[in-house]
Amino acid sequence: MDPEVLKSYLPRYAEAFLLTIKIGWLGIALAFVIGMLSAFVIHFRIPVLKRIAGYYVELFRNTPLLVQLFFIYFGLPKVGIVISAEACGVLGLGLLGGSYMSETFRSGLEAIPAAQKESALSLGMSRGQVFREIILPEALTISVPAIAANVIFLLKETSVFSAISLMDLMFTAKDLIGLYYDTTEALFMLVLFYTIMLLPVSILGSIAEKTVRGKMPGQ
Amino acid sequence: MEEILRINGISKRYDDITVLDHVSLSIKSGEVVVIVGPSGCGKSTLLRCVNSLENIQEGEILLNGESVNPGNKKPAALRQKIGMVFQSYELFPHKTVLQNLTLAPLKVKKTGRKEAEEEGLKLLERVGLLSRKDNYPSQLSGGQKQRVAIMRALMMHPEVLLLDEITAALDPEMVREVLEVVLSLAKEGRTMLIVTHELQFARAVADRMVFIDGGRIVEEGTPEEFFEHPRTERLRKFLHSFSYGE
Repeated sequence: MDPEVLKSYLPRYAEAFLLTIKIGWLGIALAFVIGMLSAFVIHFRIPVLKRIAGYYVELFRNTPLLVQLFFIYFGLPKVGIVISAEACGVLGLGLLGGSYMSETFRSGLEAIPAAQKESALSLGMSRGQVFREIILPEALTISVPAIAANVIFLLKETSVFSAISLMDLMFTAKDLIGLYYDTTEALFMLVLFYTIMLLPVSILGSIAEKTVRGKMPGQ
Repeated sequence: MEEILRINGISKRYDDITVLDHVSLSIKSGEVVVIVGPSGCGKSTLLRCVNSLENIQEGEILLNGESVNPGNKKPAALRQKIGMVFQSYELFPHKTVLQNLTLAPLKVKKTGRKEAEEEGLKLLERVGLLSRKDNYPSQLSGGQKQRVAIMRALMMHPEVLLLDEITAALDPEMVREVLEVVLSLAKEGRTMLIVTHELQFARAVADRMVFIDGGRIVEEGTPEEFFEHPRTERLRKFLHSFSYGE
């Protein structure tokens, strides 16, 4: 491996890294919002919306991100909606992640024993207070390990963004290999940058898990 | 003593199963009423109805002469006056012991934080758990959790305290520490409606005993009459099932 080649690749990888992180985290934030809303309407059995959310979850959990991106990137312009490739990436990741997050939050909500709610109600708290103070924090606590797993999974899924011509890490590696044939160096940098992106998330996830351990229901 | 809680011929049915069948009971201020009966007889359901956690199909429940049937009044307002402690403690796992105590006063009664914390600390000291104030529930033993749960209910200054088999989930050696707290509450004149399987304790704490079987009150009386001279065959049989080698 030639250190000079690695050095010369650095600026392009750094740029791709920033773009990947930007789209990745915006997508994950969107996934969080969509997942939360979807889990609520399913958990509280809100008529009509609950069915829509159910179909949404099944549709997006059971199709690959690449296919979803193609539909958004090439399909939406056909019905007159034109959005940038970056927005497509965020939207695609958000919709895919939302379906996973929805199931994560829903199982967290369902894991809380009914008696927890009853004991809060019996202290005179209103339904809204019980939800805000007891159910929501407990459900999130239960969901921490699964949320961390989802975040790592979604950040790795960004590697298909190259298919809609976003200059992410994967795109950059393929591009450089095509230009200079320094395969070893290009792939080394790719692994390096994915590790830099994901290792901190993994560590933060473990810390979050340790923090909530001992604060879960049923102990 | 004046009447504080009146249960007037209430019936509770799930589809075609009758859990409570025209149950009536009157509780005076400062009185400790202990309900016993076989599993599934409806005694826990009765407590849950008093606290509006279950709706009823017939009858009426009155607290200080005011109807508290579900639908008649906001249940939250009623539940502030009726405290309840559950078999499985149900402390809030993501809050510390002290936060468990102060949550409802802060949110529901809008008590000041300082005042709520002072009262919480006083109650924790009373049950010997002051040093545990910053622990999370998962760090406590079952008996400690249940003592915290009782104090949490007291924080709302309830007029009536409902205790639903509060020692049933405890290891035998922890039962006493919880029951002693209940005895001390009885001594200071708290009105309590207690469901339990601890007959010896029931005898020690009760002003009046009630035996429920098949959703009906079969017999009620002073602890002495109840344990020494049961009038009905059903109660005799029930009491006998607790004794060995006779």
